[in-house]
Amino acid sequence: MPLTPVLTRRWTLPQSWTIGVYERHDGYAPLRKALGMAPDELIQLVKDSGLRGRGGAGFPTGAKWGFIPQGDGKPHYLVVNADEGEPGTCKDAPLMMADPHSLIEGIVIASYAVRCNHAFIYLRGELVHAGRRLEAAIAEAYAAGYLGKNILGSGYDLELTLHRGAGAYICGEETALLDSLEGYRGQPRLRPPFPAIAGLYACPTVVNNVETIASVPFIVGGGADWFKSMGTEKSPGPKIFSVSGHVERPGQYEIPLGTTARELIMDLAGGIRGGRELKAWTPGGSSTPMLTAEHLDTPLDFEGVQEAGSLLGTAAIMVMDDTVCIVKTCLRLTEFYAHESCGKCTPCREGTYWMVQILERLEHGNGDEADITTLLDTCDNIFGRSFCALGDGATSPIVSGIKYFRDEFVQHYELGRCPLQADLPVGARS
Amino acid sequence: MPLTEETKARAREIVARYPKARSALLPMLHLVQSEEGYVSPAGVGLCAEVLGLTKAEVGAVATFYTMYKRRPCGDYLVSVCTNLSCQLLGGEDIYRELKAHLGVGHDETTADGTITFEHAECLAACDFAPVVTVNYEFYDYQSPESALALVRALQAGERPAPTRGGDLQTFRDTEAELAGVGDRERIARSTTRGGQGALAPGSGGTA
Repeated sequence: MPLTPVLTRRWTLPQSWTIGVYERHDGYAPLRKALGMAPDELIQLVKDSGLRGRGGAGFPTGAKWGFIPQGDGKPHYLVVNADEGEPGTCKDAPLMMADPHSLIEGIVIASYAVRCNHAFIYLRGELVHAGRRLEAAIAEAYAAGYLGKNILGSGYDLELTLHRGAGAYICGEETALLDSLEGYRGQPRLRPPFPAIAGLYACPTVVNNVETIASVPFIVGGGADWFKSMGTEKSPGPKIFSVSGHVERPGQYEIPLGTTARELIMDLAGGIRGGRELKAWTPGGSSTPMLTAEHLDTPLDFEGVQEAGSLLGTAAIMVMDDTVCIVKTCLRLTEFYAHESCGKCTPCREGTYWMVQILERLEHGNGDEADITTLLDTCDNIFGRSFCALGDGATSPIVSGIKYFRDEFVQHYELGRCPLQADLPVGARS
Repeated sequence: MPLTEETKARAREIVARYPKARSALLPMLHLVQSEEGYVSPAGVGLCAEVLGLTKAEVGAVATFYTMYKRRPCGDYLVSVCTNLSCQLLGGEDIYRELKAHLGVGHDETTADGTITFEHAECLAACDFAPVVTVNYEFYDYQSPESALALVRALQAGERPAPTRGGDLQTFRDTEAELAGVGDRERIARSTTRGGQGALAPGSGGTA
């Protein structure tokens, strides 16, 4: 299902990140249109478009905006989650590097809709160059009157602050992000209250992903019906998929939601490298259960992937061929979750630590059958028993790995070594 | 460079960007790190003083985040991604090669203070895997050989151009940018570097 690029259409223009190029390619026209509309009309438009959050959870964006209480006398905040870090996900960084003004324009429109006068971009600290491009673009937008006081003579004011993080995957979780933005350790909050009621500084706050907000100017420009003409009924619109791992052509692919995994992996991304066999793939980053070659005809939309037993997540497709050891994969990812667990909830903090120990001995051929049971028991005790989804995500590779590749776990302790890697590499952590 | 009254003045400028002062803590920790190459006890003390917090409160935050270094960082922070997409394509081989060459392990610095070495979790560049960053500038599609050549060049005093991104600068200069108080002219120059820089060969494959 080919599609004229929407979100990525400016990415290949020379100097695409500058305001002049952006304006020459329809940039900031949607903002003029939006400022002529009532804020509630804009919220309704985004509701009608069916846009769902692109940060992982797929929550309807218009509904999120609609939860902000109006006339409550409190400041409202918009915080853009630019803390891209889910393993396999690499769409927001190029978006901010190539087309930062689409994010800024989306921020102004969204802020106007929810009656916010101070918005923040929480940028992952490591993304230094994306930060430079954003900082330059923000300065250009202020100079052109798209930010600051009395934007385009509308009487509407908006300040935009770029805030850089300092290296913590957990800050991609929206309440941890808010704590971090307030100057605390980035630890998730108990909900309710949800950020829409008590977010940044305990004020009503919308937290949206970069790609979600960058979609907004296109919806304002093209209309809800145009947006819904792409994708599926329940998952409308275009979406950027990050494809990495053992494919011929890794990259960012903008396709309509509902495109099958087979089309994306086998056709667009050129299939498996060197003509090898597909073994496993994640549909939405490492926190979503792995799927296999059996699932290639899954439509990549929120419903389709869920029906296949996984989640669309951040639409990050990590592809593994038949040379990959699933135990090793689980070990590497569990080390990641153990490192990134913020430590607030015992099941996640302790569970991820012990699962690393178990997976290490399994991978080295020193495990036994009880280890598989213990892993599944531990996952059972983490899932749903922590404040945020990090713990849930940590169980995904292990539970799905054992579900589809149990024999491989067994082979490790039966052979006393990894069946796929005769020369076992020592862990990178040493 | 010791912390000075000027550092404090810059910290107060950062505070002014936020509706509530404490929000300035993360950029302020980047600021003190840009002056001293790590978050020192004095750096913690300066943040505490400016924000009216205890040193324990500031220390609790500083130790939570990976980018704040607790020992002096070298001029170049070399980070090798070993998360899944990079690991699938040899990230761990690169890590081992550099570790053997440098003779230091994770979060350690060479004796001459030039290079601090670490393995990193996913750096959001999976389509360019395996990646290495130096002071968070990306070097894409690395191999053990190319990464070794990169590190040797750094040790020889060269600053190889990143694949995407700005000019390579020192760790301290990058930290100043992260605090939002970097050298304006240099940032402006760097912003235009890296060309398109954003697209993998497959991108826009549906056009």
